[in-house]
Amino acid sequence: MDTLIQQLMNGLVLGSVYALVALGYTMVYGILQLINFAHGDVLMIGAMVSLTVLGIIKAVAPSTPLVLQLVIATAVAVPVCMLIAAAIERIAYRPLRNSPRLAPLITAIGVSIILQTLAMIIWSPNPRVYPDLLPTTPFEIGGALLAPKQLLILVVATLSMAGLLLLINKTRLGRAMRAVSENPRIANLMGVNPDRIITATFMLGAGLAAIAGVLVAMNYNIAQFTMGFLLGLKAFTAAVLGGIGNLGGAVAGGLLLGIIEALGAGYIGDLTGGFLGSHYQDIFAFAVLIVVLIFRPSGLLGERVADRA
Amino acid sequence: MFATLVKASVAKKLLLTSAAAIAVAVAGCAPKDSTVKIGHVGPLTGSIAHLGKDNEAGAKLAIADLNKADIKIDGKKVTFTLISEDDGADPKQGTAAAQKLVDAKVVGVIGHLNSGTTIPASKIYSDAGIPQISPSATNPKYTQQGFKTTFRVVANDATLGGVLGKYAVNELKGKSIAVIDDRTAYGQGVADEFVKGVEAAGGKVVDRQFTTDKATDFMSILTAIRAKKPDVVFFGGMDAVGGPMLRQMDQLKINAKFMGGDGICTGELIKLADKALGNSRVFCAEAGGVVGPYEKKMADFKERFKKEMGADVNLYSPYVYDAVMVMVESMKKANSTDPKKYLPELAKIQYEGVIGPIAFDDKGDIKGGTLTLFTYKDGKREALKVIQ
Repeated sequence: MDTLIQQLMNGLVLGSVYALVALGYTMVYGILQLINFAHGDVLMIGAMVSLTVLGIIKAVAPSTPLVLQLVIATAVAVPVCMLIAAAIERIAYRPLRNSPRLAPLITAIGVSIILQTLAMIIWSPNPRVYPDLLPTTPFEIGGALLAPKQLLILVVATLSMAGLLLLINKTRLGRAMRAVSENPRIANLMGVNPDRIITATFMLGAGLAAIAGVLVAMNYNIAQFTMGFLLGLKAFTAAVLGGIGNLGGAVAGGLLLGIIEALGAGYIGDLTGGFLGSHYQDIFAFAVLIVVLIFRPSGLLGERVADRA
Repeated sequence: MFATLVKASVAKKLLLTSAAAIAVAVAGCAPKDSTVKIGHVGPLTGSIAHLGKDNEAGAKLAIADLNKADIKIDGKKVTFTLISEDDGADPKQGTAAAQKLVDAKVVGVIGHLNSGTTIPASKIYSDAGIPQISPSATNPKYTQQGFKTTFRVVANDATLGGVLGKYAVNELKGKSIAVIDDRTAYGQGVADEFVKGVEAAGGKVVDRQFTTDKATDFMSILTAIRAKKPDVVFFGGMDAVGGPMLRQMDQLKINAKFMGGDGICTGELIKLADKALGNSRVFCAEAGGVVGPYEKKMADFKERFKKEMGADVNLYSPYVYDAVMVMVESMKKANSTDPKKYLPELAKIQYEGVIGPIAFDDKGDIKGGTLTLFTYKDGKREALKVIQ
């Protein structure tokens, strides 16, 4: 029983990370119908920048409380990633706004490769150790162990989603975003500048990615230039699973994917009598994705929108 | 136009004949001298070039020593020359370098450094009938391809895994042992041999889990392992995966000992695992190490190496030195530098090297190759003992 609860907890933490990253994918898709493949690499840049900041703090003021170090590192990583995202949007996506949909998809992949290569040059190709900034002694919750940093992931993911929902449904920027999502031309006629809204969306997503990058690097104590790629792919899967373009769907998809993966890795060996090992955990995740897409092509919570097939 | 062409070719012919005449004359004057080419391959460029250079220096020192020793084979004085090639630790470049050495008609090859380059190159040497001694390739496959020309002077991963398996049961008193590997050729191989070693020593493997060499989240497989209450966890893979894995074991309060092969046995693991490294919690092994009377021999060799080559022994240069010596020893025994004739002598050689006694089993692996067992204490790697 303890094992099952622990596996569910593992899945919840992993799923929260996926959800946090999936929010960025789904927000951009909701407005532009563009899959921003560079999103995972923006996350990696966030982790790397925060690591550099931590290194500087250690050199200049090593007695700074660790929690404060974490806050400072994140506070630097977020605006850096926002600026990078704004630049990416301006250089790689905006000139292609009215071209066929495949063109920006290809530039997105190009940007992803460029970011990875730059990071490899700047921060070296070797895995870098990310320090523990929170106490490492785990809490026990209902028979499952949860480290403080994992609890932080759960809290931050929940807060981010709630904040994002509030922003989109209650604020002026949110209303403008919804308007641009529905029809950029009409929104423009109503006095909304779609380019500015789109840039804002990218920056918002990048800010979330930077936070996710810090959390992921701290959770696994490792940061490397390739860390964003697979994570981005999984988060994209989560976004599709939940219904891309839908914020609640991104969170639901992320959590579902995380839990399926954890249970898959934990039990696949016993279930198949050792025929399939735990390295086949992705089979479960993608099998579920296929089944969901067969019965609900627009994802779990995706709406069927006629003009956007 | 035409005339000049004809003239040129006549001139060329004349030149050639006179050159041939001189060559015959020279050969006639000194019939008792012969030059023997020995090849060496290692990565002289790229990220592990420092190891390749170290190997090359070992070969150079051996060749210099041999030429000083005034060796006569089949009544002729033999001068050895070293032809050194670069494989950049890249399998493609490795096979190209191997072909170059075969074309240059070397009588034997010392190398390569990595298993990844040694294995594909070994087919080329085997086809050409040229003996190859690797100083450092540890993948068991190298000598298991059925080639008669493949030899190595280090213990392979199979020995390493087996020794660690027995150590887990006999010394660490592991009652229930869990095994994880990263599904790479190396990780899987060393983990399989570890399991065999555990079972041979009467121990029990209670769980076998898998990950990849790019994974960072091991919480699920570790939770599954925790349910089986292991006292030893073995990981076949590299330090960049093993470090975070150790930390996650702490997060799940798994207090088992942690073991691994040379992939995790690095200085980098100290940073990667940090506090989770513990004291005498992590045990790992590396091929190599000398015991008893050879300790002094090795120390003397290191001193002489530094004096002659102007650099410290980095890792495998003593193995390269011995590999060259063993090869030439078998040429002396066969009284021939012809690969066909000295190869059978190499297969049954008994030689006292710097690294210890060298003899090969029927596959070409060194008999009784040594391993050094390490643990980590107070954030430092410590050699525990050398195992034969």
